[in-house]
Amino acid sequence: MALEKQRFDTLILGAGGAGLNAALQLANANLKVAVVSKVFPTRSHTVAAQGGVNAALANVLPDNWHWHMFDTVKGSDYLGDQDAIEYMCREAIPTVYELEHNGVPFSRLPNGKIYQRAFGGQSQNFGGDQAARTCAAADRTGHAILHTLYQQNIRAKTHFYDEYFAVELIKDEEGIVLGALVLNIATGEPLLIESKTTLLATGGCGQVFRTTSNAHINTGDGMAMALRAGLPLMDMEFFQFHPTGIAGKGMLITEGVRGEGGYLINKDGERFMEKYAPNAKDLASRDVVARSIVTEVREGRGCGPDADHVMLKVDHLGEDVIAKRLPGIRESSKIFAGVDPVQDPIPVFPTAHYVMGGIPTDRFGRVMPEASDDGDPLPGLYAAGECACASVHGANRLGGNSLLDILVFGRLAGHNIIDYVKQNSAHRPLPDDSVAQAVGRLERWDVKGEGITVSELRKEFRKTMEDHAGVFRVEDMMADGVEKLKAIRDKLKDVRLTDHSATFNTNRTEALELENLIDVGLSIAVSALHRKESRGAHSRPDFPKREDGEWMKHTLYWKESDKLEYKGVRSQPLTVESFPPKERVY
Amino acid sequence: MTDEGELNNLDRLRWQCRRGMLELDVLLEAFLEQHYSDLPPHMQRQFIQLLEFPDPIIHAWCVGGEKPDDEEFAELVASIRATSVA
Repeated sequence: MALEKQRFDTLILGAGGAGLNAALQLANANLKVAVVSKVFPTRSHTVAAQGGVNAALANVLPDNWHWHMFDTVKGSDYLGDQDAIEYMCREAIPTVYELEHNGVPFSRLPNGKIYQRAFGGQSQNFGGDQAARTCAAADRTGHAILHTLYQQNIRAKTHFYDEYFAVELIKDEEGIVLGALVLNIATGEPLLIESKTTLLATGGCGQVFRTTSNAHINTGDGMAMALRAGLPLMDMEFFQFHPTGIAGKGMLITEGVRGEGGYLINKDGERFMEKYAPNAKDLASRDVVARSIVTEVREGRGCGPDADHVMLKVDHLGEDVIAKRLPGIRESSKIFAGVDPVQDPIPVFPTAHYVMGGIPTDRFGRVMPEASDDGDPLPGLYAAGECACASVHGANRLGGNSLLDILVFGRLAGHNIIDYVKQNSAHRPLPDDSVAQAVGRLERWDVKGEGITVSELRKEFRKTMEDHAGVFRVEDMMADGVEKLKAIRDKLKDVRLTDHSATFNTNRTEALELENLIDVGLSIAVSALHRKESRGAHSRPDFPKREDGEWMKHTLYWKESDKLEYKGVRSQPLTVESFPPKERVY
Repeated sequence: MTDEGELNNLDRLRWQCRRGMLELDVLLEAFLEQHYSDLPPHMQRQFIQLLEFPDPIIHAWCVGGEKPDDEEFAELVASIRATSVA
């Protein structure tokens, strides 16, 4: 049967904030744009971003982009590229105003200007007083932005492929990406989308870990497609964990619980944070609390039948305080943990929240295929959002900078694509072998018979990631983990579907996602094993110090031979002086 | 698709339960697997309608405990909230 083909100027994979903001720039410029999304666009994970988006508008307190830049460089633990960070902090301002003009219902001040909240990590005057930099639309900022951008894209005639799964990138002999093979989830039919330019905007990959706050769709699809196309992933060892997720489920229990006087206990009822952080105790920084919880569990003081979590005690605060100051916690705990925190403690464990690493790009969203700053970007291929790494978060991300990242770089990638298409107006010839290879990836799942199930291998994989590449990272257990993960990767060939039907076959979609998860998981584990220092979210008790002399460099991981290379951090900003590394002080 | 066909298309509904928020993934999928098939047709239809609402609204009703504006949804939302996922 002939493969159906469609042609577009630009193919965008993913319909979260990055993909939709890029699509809108392109459609407004009258380019023919296709957006492929495995779920209905407004159900993308951007919808879960409640906090807001940082921009130095100075509506509430004095502010400027240079202070925002300082905070971001410091927050990145000096692994962020300072040219990209300067660019992002400058572009934050027009990006937010453009969203406002497009109709995002930002919360407002009595004088009509956009209201701005103060968040941790925001300072005035390079580390001075608290700044107020986060623009929000009540507590539904992500939803408001997604909804607005989707509506604007419909107006601008962006072509949406809803409930289509991107299977594989198509590339020619020079490695230039010419589109992708996608799968219509509703019918099971493949479709070849040819494009002059392709933007990967597929979001994060939290589902690689057993306990994550990410939605089920966050399976690193774009990252894995990039890996299989011979491209590297950068700084994948930097994964942000939130210390208190509901054990075994992952939903966030806000830090506000500990702020209001809640505290952690082990199976003996001991308030263990007193040992690890005698002063700050339960209010110590996220990474310290997360590592302390895992240490308690590893040393046999975990709670529950499998001794695999600790407890967060809040009952002493009383029902009124819980209802007034911690709304939602009681409901979430009842539904997802089966406990009423007014009476019983909440079972918690660190939950994987956000990946700082991703597909390496320059500050225009162009994918950089080599471990050199002098190399050229790959013509026509772009990445933006959590799947990308323009290196603005470095080793750790500030609150309010993730929505900013996706919106700024989605927009800038859009602008750059417009210029590229002007200069490269013809489609290049489509190579048959790359198409055949992509179709083969799909057809491999038609093989019937006995085998391992998708859910069995996924369970084993995610537990292995949590145990060996999660919060607690020491040499032997990580090296052991990499070998286990390679063995799991080998087992993929023995996995068989239990359902071979054509329409809405979730079993097949989850098999394709599992391949992606495993490829991305290896990039995290291998990168983390080899970074022998502690920096930002990557914490190694066996190498507790940040080593700027040796390690102020980016990790690049290639799937082929699980190869690693490194490239230096770009410490020179565009127009201002560099911020030199300073020691972290808690 | 006929109304009955749509009500019985569990494969399609399973994919519609994939949302942008983990809480909804877990809760809606569990409800679909455990209870959906036993619902009377009018409540099955309501469930399909519910899936068309934006994630923050479904979250506010099914997790946050807010009362649905439309009383018709109240019984369904109460059943979803009572689903065992712990």
